[in-house]
Amino acid sequence: MSQRPATLTASGTTLSDSLDGYLDRLTGPVSGRSRDLPEQPPTPVMTARDLNVFYGGFHAVHDVNLSFGRNEITALIGPSGCGKSTVLRCLNRMNDLVPAARVDGAVTYHDVDIYGPRVDPIQVRRHIGMVFQKPNPFPKSIYDNVAYGPRVTGMKVDDMDALVERALRGAALWDEVKDKLKQSAYGLSGGQQQRLCIARTIATSPDVILMDEPCSALDPIATSRIEDLMLQLREDYTIIIVTHNMQQAARVSDRTAFFTARPDETTGDRTGQLVEFAPTRKIFSTPADPRTEAYISGRFG
Amino acid sequence: MNSAVLTATREVTTANVTGRSRERTPGSLLFLGLLWFSLFFGVMVLVVLIVDTVLSGAPRFDSALVTRYDSTLFPERTGFRAGILGTVWLMLTTAVLAVPLGIAAAVHLEEFADPRRSWNRFIEVNLQNLAAVPAIVYGLLAVAVMAVLGFQRKGIVLGGAVALALLILPVIIITTREALRAVPEEIRSGSLALGATRWQTTWKQTLPSAVPGIATGTILGLSRAIGEAAPLLLLGIAGAVRFDPAGLTSPVTALPIQIYFMTSQSQESYQQAASAAIVVLLVMVLALNALAIFIRNKFQRRW
Repeated sequence: MSQRPATLTASGTTLSDSLDGYLDRLTGPVSGRSRDLPEQPPTPVMTARDLNVFYGGFHAVHDVNLSFGRNEITALIGPSGCGKSTVLRCLNRMNDLVPAARVDGAVTYHDVDIYGPRVDPIQVRRHIGMVFQKPNPFPKSIYDNVAYGPRVTGMKVDDMDALVERALRGAALWDEVKDKLKQSAYGLSGGQQQRLCIARTIATSPDVILMDEPCSALDPIATSRIEDLMLQLREDYTIIIVTHNMQQAARVSDRTAFFTARPDETTGDRTGQLVEFAPTRKIFSTPADPRTEAYISGRFG
Repeated sequence: MNSAVLTATREVTTANVTGRSRERTPGSLLFLGLLWFSLFFGVMVLVVLIVDTVLSGAPRFDSALVTRYDSTLFPERTGFRAGILGTVWLMLTTAVLAVPLGIAAAVHLEEFADPRRSWNRFIEVNLQNLAAVPAIVYGLLAVAVMAVLGFQRKGIVLGGAVALALLILPVIIITTREALRAVPEEIRSGSLALGATRWQTTWKQTLPSAVPGIATGTILGLSRAIGEAAPLLLLGIAGAVRFDPAGLTSPVTALPIQIYFMTSQSQESYQQAASAAIVVLLVMVLALNALAIFIRNKFQRRW
């Protein structure tokens, strides 16, 4: 882990030679390569079927079909405006908070349609947690940040101190903050704040953790700690991550879904669609679609 | 060539540091002068007014001013005890009436109401207008409210407080909305993503984060209400009350009312007393503003 790969430039000159060479140059745990995976997740926790998202009259995402395997990390990659964050926000009904957003199709969680008529979005979010792009700790103490979720969701907790410690240990933050639990979370560094947000999420014992570009506001060292943490968390949780950083997708994810935006013939809207979904190893070595190859070799996006 | 660029850069830097640059043309200097004059004019008027009031009220800075009631027999010993206590009573009642209502209305508009609905937009526009309605109109409204509620006595604490509460309600709603809007959206998303309800999010995250702004807005609203005389006059609040207010339905007077009546008297002693009372009122307003600043600094958060 001491040596990080060279920064990927927008022009893609560092990987113009060959994709295999690109993969070989990656250091650190490349889980997508280390695990041999079947084409499709054998035991999907969540599935999106014919997912379409509209913001008012704007067609944001078109016919996405995806399934997310248990204890796997799935990365959603693609150029800006391709709808990957929108898809992520559909998975725990955070899009409900956007006025005028409409979701068609089905998102199932353990075979239950989370957009079904009798499903409470609050309950959905208790099972499917989310970590945001910008670390967003609450203006409270570190302890109260972690305890907030269990408190508001009415979890029966015998020993809150133990739960807070477990969550902070789970997010690899305990040793750094154990002596200042009562201090404001705003005193932490950006990377620590993001790990606090992860601790806050796992404190409510979710099943799935959604991460929306969790490292884009962090420096490389903090990023690498979060990536290590993701690989640890994979043992207990199903993780779905949106990332702009292809090296990150290659380093941590088991499967990768590549999205792109396609201009609509009639309206000219740039509607996001899924191009290819496969084990990460395959996406980065032998992509089936020429658009995928063009993107990961840095020729567009 | 290179050294020329370097010299130019150095010149610009020097100009920035010393605040001098070639932009100091006669036109800009004239404009700067005008700005200084405007500032000087505004501050000067205020200073002259305050100094004049303090000087003419100076002979009456004694304990009788705040401990004695209004006196016609001994104008040189007249006091504002009833007015000061009345103003305090009016302010507290106004706050109790207006603050919960104003905050609740603002929370609804900002956190729960759908901005796409036409009636919500209609309410928004009208709130801005209500803040600009003259105080005396609220006095008339309060008279009507008190008549409908069936209160026979005029000039009571509740009547005055209703008028002042109506007056500052739009101010409280608008400033509370500003404070709520300043709470970053990420805080709300973070709370909702953990499975908190909208209500829990508002109650445990948004409102506590907005407390400094809400408190400041409320106190500034109250310090506007404290100086109002017109709506209280309409409600029949008298100048000559010689007892302490004893409850919500007790007749009451207020400092601005007493000042208003006293300045229309011809005796020199009353003029002095009125000036001294103005200073008392100024001190109360300043105290409220100081409290607002204190609360804002004490609870201020950085995001």
